[in-house]
Amino acid sequence: MSQTIATPPTVRLDSDVLGKPISRTDGPAKVSGAAKYAAEFGVTGPLWYGYIVSSPIAKGKITKIHADEVLAIPGVQHIFSHENVPSLAWFDRNYKDDVAPGGSPFRPLHEPEILFSLQPVALVVADTFELARYAASVLRIEYDVEKHNTDLEASIGEAYDAPRGKTGFMPPPKPKGDMDKAYQEAPHKIAGEYIHRAQHQNPMEMFATTVDWLGDGKKMKIYDKTQGAPNVQQYLMKIFSLSTDEARVISKFTGGGFGSGLRPQYQVFLAVMAALELKHSIRVVMTRTQMFSFGHRPHTLQKLRLATDDLGQIQALEHKALHETSQFENYTETIVNWAGVLYPSPNTNFDYQLAKLDVYSPLDMRAPGAATGSFALESAIDEMAYAANVDPLDFRLRNYSYEDPIENKPFTSKRLDDCLHEGAARFGWDQRNPEPRSMRDGNQLVGWGVAAGCWDASMQKAAAKAVLSADGHLTVSSATNDQGAGTYVIMTQMAAQTLGLPMKQVTFNLGDTNMPAAPVQGGSWTANSVGAAVKDACQGIGKKLLKLAQKMDNSPLAGVDFEDAQFVDGYIRANEDITRSVAIADILAASGEEKIEADGKAGPNPINMLKYSMHSHNAVFVEVKVDEDLGTIHVTRVVNAVAAGRIMNPKTARSQVLGGTVWGLSMALMEETYLNNELGRFMNHNYAEYHIPVNADIHKIDVIFVEEQDDIASPIGVKGVGEIGMLGVAAAIANAVYHATGKRVRELPLTSDKLL
Amino acid sequence: MNSFTLTQATATDEAVRDLTSHDGAAYLGGGTNLVDLMKYNLERPTHLTSLGLLPLTDITSLPDGGLRLGALATNADTAWHPEVEKRYPLLSQTILAGATPQLRNVATNGGNLNQRTRCYYFYDLATPCNKREPGSGCSALTGPNRVCGVLGTSESCIATHPSDMCVALAALEAVVRVQGPDGERTIKFEDYHRLPGDHPEKDNTLKPGELVTAIDLPEEGYADHFTYLKLRDRSSYAFALVSVAVGLKMNGNTIEKARFALGGVAHKPWRDQEAEKMLEGQTASPDLFRQVAAKVFAEAKGYGEDSLHNSFKIELGKRAIVRALKQATEMSQVVNPNVFLNSNP
Repeated sequence: MSQTIATPPTVRLDSDVLGKPISRTDGPAKVSGAAKYAAEFGVTGPLWYGYIVSSPIAKGKITKIHADEVLAIPGVQHIFSHENVPSLAWFDRNYKDDVAPGGSPFRPLHEPEILFSLQPVALVVADTFELARYAASVLRIEYDVEKHNTDLEASIGEAYDAPRGKTGFMPPPKPKGDMDKAYQEAPHKIAGEYIHRAQHQNPMEMFATTVDWLGDGKKMKIYDKTQGAPNVQQYLMKIFSLSTDEARVISKFTGGGFGSGLRPQYQVFLAVMAALELKHSIRVVMTRTQMFSFGHRPHTLQKLRLATDDLGQIQALEHKALHETSQFENYTETIVNWAGVLYPSPNTNFDYQLAKLDVYSPLDMRAPGAATGSFALESAIDEMAYAANVDPLDFRLRNYSYEDPIENKPFTSKRLDDCLHEGAARFGWDQRNPEPRSMRDGNQLVGWGVAAGCWDASMQKAAAKAVLSADGHLTVSSATNDQGAGTYVIMTQMAAQTLGLPMKQVTFNLGDTNMPAAPVQGGSWTANSVGAAVKDACQGIGKKLLKLAQKMDNSPLAGVDFEDAQFVDGYIRANEDITRSVAIADILAASGEEKIEADGKAGPNPINMLKYSMHSHNAVFVEVKVDEDLGTIHVTRVVNAVAAGRIMNPKTARSQVLGGTVWGLSMALMEETYLNNELGRFMNHNYAEYHIPVNADIHKIDVIFVEEQDDIASPIGVKGVGEIGMLGVAAAIANAVYHATGKRVRELPLTSDKLL
Repeated sequence: MNSFTLTQATATDEAVRDLTSHDGAAYLGGGTNLVDLMKYNLERPTHLTSLGLLPLTDITSLPDGGLRLGALATNADTAWHPEVEKRYPLLSQTILAGATPQLRNVATNGGNLNQRTRCYYFYDLATPCNKREPGSGCSALTGPNRVCGVLGTSESCIATHPSDMCVALAALEAVVRVQGPDGERTIKFEDYHRLPGDHPEKDNTLKPGELVTAIDLPEEGYADHFTYLKLRDRSSYAFALVSVAVGLKMNGNTIEKARFALGGVAHKPWRDQEAEKMLEGQTASPDLFRQVAAKVFAEAKGYGEDSLHNSFKIELGKRAIVRALKQATEMSQVVNPNVFLNSNP
């Protein structure tokens, strides 16, 4: 404690980074190829390759596996199937992961029964990938085929009320008033049935696991493609009786997830099982076809009824949904509740049912449930507005919920009205002629549509660790994930801002179960949850630094409480007099410490959750041009106005909303997995035939952020933007198509044949 | 994919000899289709005769005024060749409407003719498919079949030929030059691909060992009145639901000569010479185009009514013909409507 520097700095380091449009810190690694994905990691010893054999049938039983023929091929090491799978954990609870729905999770290679088409039935292990693939192609397996049922519309009679079981399950809201009577008596009413079939997440990176067998007991480094390394680790530990040391799961980069990586997928089970049995490093990569075998946005049927009085006030609101699930799990998502949050009505009725089919369990896909419900609800709202002769934008403002109508709770913040106003102004909505078929551009019909969206602002338990080294570099870590959302950069910003350090002096690490635990990346909760934990950890460092500063001789910060200090540009300063400052570098030098560490954590506030309703919102405005003769639809303009609390990084947040908008367009116009009910099998299981947009399909997209101050929904004011950008888009497009053509299409995707 | 041997041939006759001297052999051109099919374990050649070094990459003028396209010229080099762009803009635009730049840079002209169907069932070994496994049945007759055909189909197969380029070659009345164990011969383009009938496993009329060496274009390229209209589920990298290639010779508003072909609707690029004759000597008009469109689809058969099934292609196909003839007549829109230019940026 020898020296004190009290003079203000002459060279400023820019640490005011939160809320700035800063480029991804992981960007250079990604574009240069330095970023390694699960199937790209090398291992310490030789590597074997596992190739998964998939069931050609949807239901039945394996009667014979001719493994001997294939084991005779030189270089083939082993064939795993139900005939030789090792004895593993017995109870369902061991197979449940954080995101598992209720029911009995699928256990790969557990039994000869076939529960769904493309079910993994064997793993062929060989010296090379090519040999494993060839060996798998000649493995003869005999089946007893049983009659399957994959037809949702033929199974409506078997539907049952969706049970609890999945974390976060929201039952449909309780009914209010007398729906039928109010509907009958109202002067304006509409009713419609809406449908979309299965859709698949289709991330570009295939699901893959590389297990590095370390040759030290059962110790493994497990490189996995996932949206949550801790969730995978817990799953593996429970099934294979492993310790945290033995099952270290690493996922530094994830090439897209969109929900598909929320649950541990069967390749990680197969790879770890094979490594443990063979005591050898192994890699298992799914094929693109197999990417259609473990979950999807469910085929869903919806019914809506709406009625208003003469002023266009909703008097009756009913939303019913029915979707598929597997025979073994009750997959649920929140579809009908959003109507109750967005639109007050004295008379309501909600209903939510499932039907069991011989398919794999559906799986959360970007804005699960809300994307589905929003399409039907916001299409119906548009139809209702026309029936009541009210402008669709005015209709939403007339029927605006100022508190959450379901439980009469206040919103922590809700600037949907400003989204509607600002979006309308940017779009030029006041120039719209409301009459369908009234606007043209040359020989094309022009349509303008609007829709609103709503998503949860939620928080999960998360932890982080911060280490400030003597050279002044801050390293923060949390076992969270970055599936492309921008987690790396926003957490670096949060850490830099909290401790007043420039970005280049801060490193954020993620995706390793040796790091403090974090939830799976989903639900739009990462920015909020992990961000708060990072801030907490950095504040822990800050408190220690302040104490060390106060131990310095003649410390200018003597007597300053942590709450009264600020961390700016590499200095700690007193709020009341910023000339009272000490450089962090000097504190470290004076302290003689090699490093300073602090742990941070964050979690939901249960009292606030009871008292308040917490949501993000958006308003989407769309222009379409329709060639009526040929049924082609082009989305020529989109304005997406989003209110999602504080925006940590407008650049990555905008990218999230752009991606969500493109996804909504994709859902509206292209996405559909074709299920052949006779075969019980999805058929367009590749990128050529499962269509998502190409660049030429995407035109002008304008993103507006309507910022909200919200200290209740989140300690850092953040609501998350992962899902909200997608909402409203599909309905706004369908509404624009109605405005252009006068045709109300209630079935997605809006392919050209539906307009002929 | 099974193990295979590979020979790098340097001359055409050497390639033919190499292939015919191996059982289970296949020619390898650009490989953009064959290698995929091998990875799917759907084609299982035990020997490949690689054509990469054969001197068949040139595009040269013919004494009769036509143009010869080497079988190993890439689709990209063909589409961007100055003579093709100038004299056969229909062919150039049609090639560019297919696949992606990356694929076109590698795919060859000969390979384009011989690419196999994209029917979902053909690609999935777990399903019955007469084209892949004769006698196993056709899953597409009742299952989702949006990609399948409505003209010239059979109870054995309703698959379509996926090429765009071949649709233009049919309209242009190209001639395919082949070399086989018994020497050279030519095949009129309309005779090159075949309808499925009872043998959908055969896509074309090539005899065993025969190799495409060139595609000859006649002198007439319809450079003043042509169009390629491709309707598909997205703006690029999607196979045609329906496509129409049109070449017209006009005198004022009178159609002197008309050639057109359809893609996405049949086992081969679909030409209807009677329908072409209905146009010739007539004044171009929407009514005439509608009559022609009705004639083309008079015998069409759809296989299911919802959007997963293909009956909609009959109405869509008629409308596409009307639009394409209009575009070619007026030369009002020579770019693909799917490459949409936003007038309101």
